[in-house]
Amino acid sequence: MPAAIAASAVTRRFGEIVAIERLSLEVEGGEIFAIVGPDGAGKTTLMRLICGALALDEGTLLVDGIDVRRQAWRVQAAIGYMPQRFSLYPDLSVMENLRFYGNIFGVPRLEFAKRAQELLNDFALAPFTRRLADELSGGMKQKLALACTLIHSPTTILLDEPTAGVDPVSRREFWRILYRISAGGTTIFVSTPYMDEAERAHRVAFITHGAILSLGSPADLKAHLAGEVVEITTQQRPKARRALRDEPSVRSIEIFGEALHALVPSAANAIPAIEARLRDAGVTDAVLRVIPPSLEDTFVARLSS
Amino acid sequence: MSAAAAVSSTVRVDALTRRFDSFVAVDAISFEIRAGEIWGFLGPNGAGKSTTIRMLCGVLAPTSGSAEVLGYDVGRDPEDVKLRIGYMPQGSSLWDDLSVEEHLRFYCGMFDIYGPGEKRAVDRWMERLDLKKRRSQLAGTLSGGYRKRLALACTLLHDPKMIFLDEPTSGVDPLSRREFWDIIVGLAEEGTTVLVTTHYLDEAEHCNELALIYGGKIIARGTPENLKHAPGGGETIEIVSEHNVAILDAVESLPFVRSAGLYGSALHITVAHKEDAAQLKAAVSRLGISIASLEPVTPSLEDVFADLVRTP
Repeated sequence: MPAAIAASAVTRRFGEIVAIERLSLEVEGGEIFAIVGPDGAGKTTLMRLICGALALDEGTLLVDGIDVRRQAWRVQAAIGYMPQRFSLYPDLSVMENLRFYGNIFGVPRLEFAKRAQELLNDFALAPFTRRLADELSGGMKQKLALACTLIHSPTTILLDEPTAGVDPVSRREFWRILYRISAGGTTIFVSTPYMDEAERAHRVAFITHGAILSLGSPADLKAHLAGEVVEITTQQRPKARRALRDEPSVRSIEIFGEALHALVPSAANAIPAIEARLRDAGVTDAVLRVIPPSLEDTFVARLSS
Repeated sequence: MSAAAAVSSTVRVDALTRRFDSFVAVDAISFEIRAGEIWGFLGPNGAGKSTTIRMLCGVLAPTSGSAEVLGYDVGRDPEDVKLRIGYMPQGSSLWDDLSVEEHLRFYCGMFDIYGPGEKRAVDRWMERLDLKKRRSQLAGTLSGGYRKRLALACTLLHDPKMIFLDEPTSGVDPLSRREFWDIIVGLAEEGTTVLVTTHYLDEAEHCNELALIYGGKIIARGTPENLKHAPGGGETIEIVSEHNVAILDAVESLPFVRSAGLYGSALHITVAHKEDAAQLKAAVSRLGISIASLEPVTPSLEDVFADLVRTP
């Protein structure tokens, strides 16, 4: 079976700017694949290239084995794309919006009725079919947009920052839905600015400046972190933080609740240095221990090394 | 300095309410923020965060109740409030075709800082926020992290004792986010009071005090540690398994499960009482699904909020 998405040395320029530079990745069928990166890293450009909305300058890009350059129309039937600002028609009802997208994708009548009902039930939108899109809450609008993206039963969906600016509890629910879709066999390619969300994906690629910085399962990425995290618990947090700011063995220092988290290349080397710095600064109550890193720690380590 | 500015509470809010026609956006909320505190304001979109901030900044009049910021009443003396606070709005407040230095000089003009004072303020904040090397660069060509630094510098030129930061780190890479928080913590240590909103719960861990607003009401308050160990907060169990979703589907409707969700690559389930943990364990083992581990953990802030929002 071909990969759901296979990108090989894909490059796209805008004038002088290289938005995507020789980027290669493979997404397996049924996988939830997250791309994480700051604004301007190339996440949106990559999605547009995959769905054929933008032409690539170099490289090859296959979706379900179909070449995006040669048969964009076949690719477009196989994927659903939810851009950052998905256009719902505010003065159409929930059902009318679904029907509109069903028509665009040429979903046959009978199939549409069945599919729409399925999606409305799955997303808890069934009681609101007659409500205008404009009158839905933010979370419901987002679910309707996702339903419209899925109406033609695509094998792969591309979701561009579906949860940007959404609160953590709603994000948790949205991911619940993604898991359900994924369990049905649909491949999900999703971008997010939130590292805790990426941790929920099967595999993650971190991209900056149009290229992949690291790629793997969250567990792999954490296991291969070029460094360790030391938790420092003290009542004198500000003082301890100041004392460690200029310590060369500490890459970054962060407040976490009542503790500090220091990202260090090697805990064995850093702990004596940290203890000495704290002692010199008069911080006497510090308790140090090595803790498991978060996914974000791994990226900060890569970015700062 | 006025006598009012000497009080230790920078913000005092008493039964503050704002209606838009029949809709109550902010419903009789009360709280205080002490000087030098980093106060995190959390909640879903539309819960009332921005409306509250706009009232505290003196740009939106309260319907009823009162709020004092730096000793000035926001309803009676909004202009005094506006001159003394710094406000960094959500999204961009920069002009793409003005340079870093031009931005800072423009904002000096807005706050009546001229002559030697202007040069001093511009140099000081460029230095402090590491913008000197980029002084002639157009804002439109700055990276996300530096755009946020510039926006922050623009809010600090007049040395406000209180700053409001509305989602200041959205769309910024993790390293820049940490650097930005380093600056915020430094400002607070020097005595600046900070009210900040964020959807990143790891950032909420930086705050001295958190408030969760939901439906216009503050439904929880406390330090991050207090919130995680609140009485009645129940017990959070972490399950690690290859079959998270199947377990989640099976347990979430059990009567003693208060909230459940995927947490990173694990599953977090909050039950009402310690004793329910055993019941949960039994229920999971009846499923016949293999699990790697099942044990109580300190809840994350996300667990706490998921629980609060579901059982307000």
